[in-house]
Amino acid sequence: MRPFDYAQAGSVAHAATLAAGTAQGQTDAATQFLAGGTTLIDLMKLDVLTPRRVVSLGALSDANEKIELRGQELTLGAFAKMAAVARHPLVLAHCPAVAQSLALAASAQLRNMATLGGNVLQRTRCTYYRDVSWAKCNKRSPGSGCAALTGFNRNHAVLGVDESCIAQYPGDLGVVLAALEAQVTLTGPHGARQIPFASLHPLAMGRPHIENTLREGEIITQFRIPVGAVTRRSVYVKVRDRASYEFAIASAAVALDLDGEVVRQVRIGLGGMAYKPWRSLEGEQALKGKPLNEAAMAAAAAAALAGATTHGFNDYKPELGRRTLVRALQEAKAMAPAREG
Amino acid sequence: MSNITRRSVLTAGAAMAGVAFQPAPLIAGDGSAADGGAGNGGGGGTAGTTTRVRLLVNGRAHQLDLDRRTTVLDALREHLALTGTKKGCDQGQCGACTVHIGGERVLSCLTLAVAVQGQHIDTIEGLSPSDGPLHPMQQAFIDQDAFQCGYCTPGQIMSAVACVKEGHARTDDEIRESMSGNLCRCAAYPKIVAAIKQARDRGERA
Repeated sequence: MRPFDYAQAGSVAHAATLAAGTAQGQTDAATQFLAGGTTLIDLMKLDVLTPRRVVSLGALSDANEKIELRGQELTLGAFAKMAAVARHPLVLAHCPAVAQSLALAASAQLRNMATLGGNVLQRTRCTYYRDVSWAKCNKRSPGSGCAALTGFNRNHAVLGVDESCIAQYPGDLGVVLAALEAQVTLTGPHGARQIPFASLHPLAMGRPHIENTLREGEIITQFRIPVGAVTRRSVYVKVRDRASYEFAIASAAVALDLDGEVVRQVRIGLGGMAYKPWRSLEGEQALKGKPLNEAAMAAAAAAALAGATTHGFNDYKPELGRRTLVRALQEAKAMAPAREG
Repeated sequence: MSNITRRSVLTAGAAMAGVAFQPAPLIAGDGSAADGGAGNGGGGGTAGTTTRVRLLVNGRAHQLDLDRRTTVLDALREHLALTGTKKGCDQGQCGACTVHIGGERVLSCLTLAVAVQGQHIDTIEGLSPSDGPLHPMQQAFIDQDAFQCGYCTPGQIMSAVACVKEGHARTDDEIRESMSGNLCRCAAYPKIVAAIKQARDRGERA
């Protein structure tokens, strides 16, 4: 690990000033914020991230970890720990898929450490990104190429990829937040602003070293999820190489509102498949207004993976993605209808 | 039984090391050895890499001059001679370094010492009094033969204590899921599950 200057932020505004001059979305950012540290310290040890300054946000937790229901909106403080949110009664009642995505992620120890804000910004697990002995990685070293295109790409993305990067977004929560149309509150040197969660992570577009759309000095302080019948009937299904403590090779978030058999509203997110937290509008469109039977589920799954591009070792992914989505739809259908209110 | 021997060896070792290390807060520059001091040249300014850190470990306050890069794991092992907490992968993947901070199980290898000053850090050494009986979880691991090489055991026990305290030890499946962050290369898993059930059922302090 490289030496760094260390500062403890006393407030969100203070943190923003300490981080001035640095765009947080860049892999080579000179300043990095430290929350739970489960990604940052790991990647600093691997020499992938080499910040000259680390700004600790630990002291800001108390004011920014509240979980509340405000009307038809569930708000999650971005400094809340994954474990605390996974067991929170409001989350379990109004957005079970959020709770499941957190409970199925990482290990008990890591869930006690990692914050929601840090979790959604977690870096890819691409081995060519994490191992600096590989020269080619556009995400780590802009313009150097992508070793994964012709390498061992078994767990690389098939949706939202281009020739500059096929790294997979590794998270679970992000997939649910993308599907449920969450908003993100970003607080920075010029105050707070809201953006759709869907626009927090850009596609690679030849510049995969730009990991997110945070502006200079900005910190994620809150997530806001519109809740209703559709989010109360939601599930997150995760398929892994081992039964626990593993990243998804395929996952699906489904939120459902049925009128009898007919789909009134549906939201679909896919994990383990894509370059960024992935919402499938194509899959949703295929189901809207239709009876939710096996044929409709298969059609939605086909539509959701229609744009998949594979690179050899991950040729199996589209089929696994389709089956995972069908299973999530079946599980959502089998859930007891959501109660009103 | 063998636990007495092992325990007295560990206790004696820790006490001796404690005496040796206690009087002198370590001199600046010493800490860089742990990480090889990679890339000290240029910008960062090596003069500024050491900082005074206050750690509260097993109820005892310590002041150490540490390289800022020092993790809680390295601070415990290299600077406080508390070697019960083990370094396995040092990458947050194996759970051997599990300690409790603020009453919750966390990975000490991914936690910077400078970031947890003043918080209660509890390690395997603090689980039971040096002159008293073992913690029910420690005793259960012995009774159930829940380890072979023993390297992952301190992390397993710290994680297991939290597992029971959190209420995640109701069924075998729940225990396995809750303990999935602690790997055991000897694969003592069935007996670890048995030990946790014993401690759950018998231990008032678990």
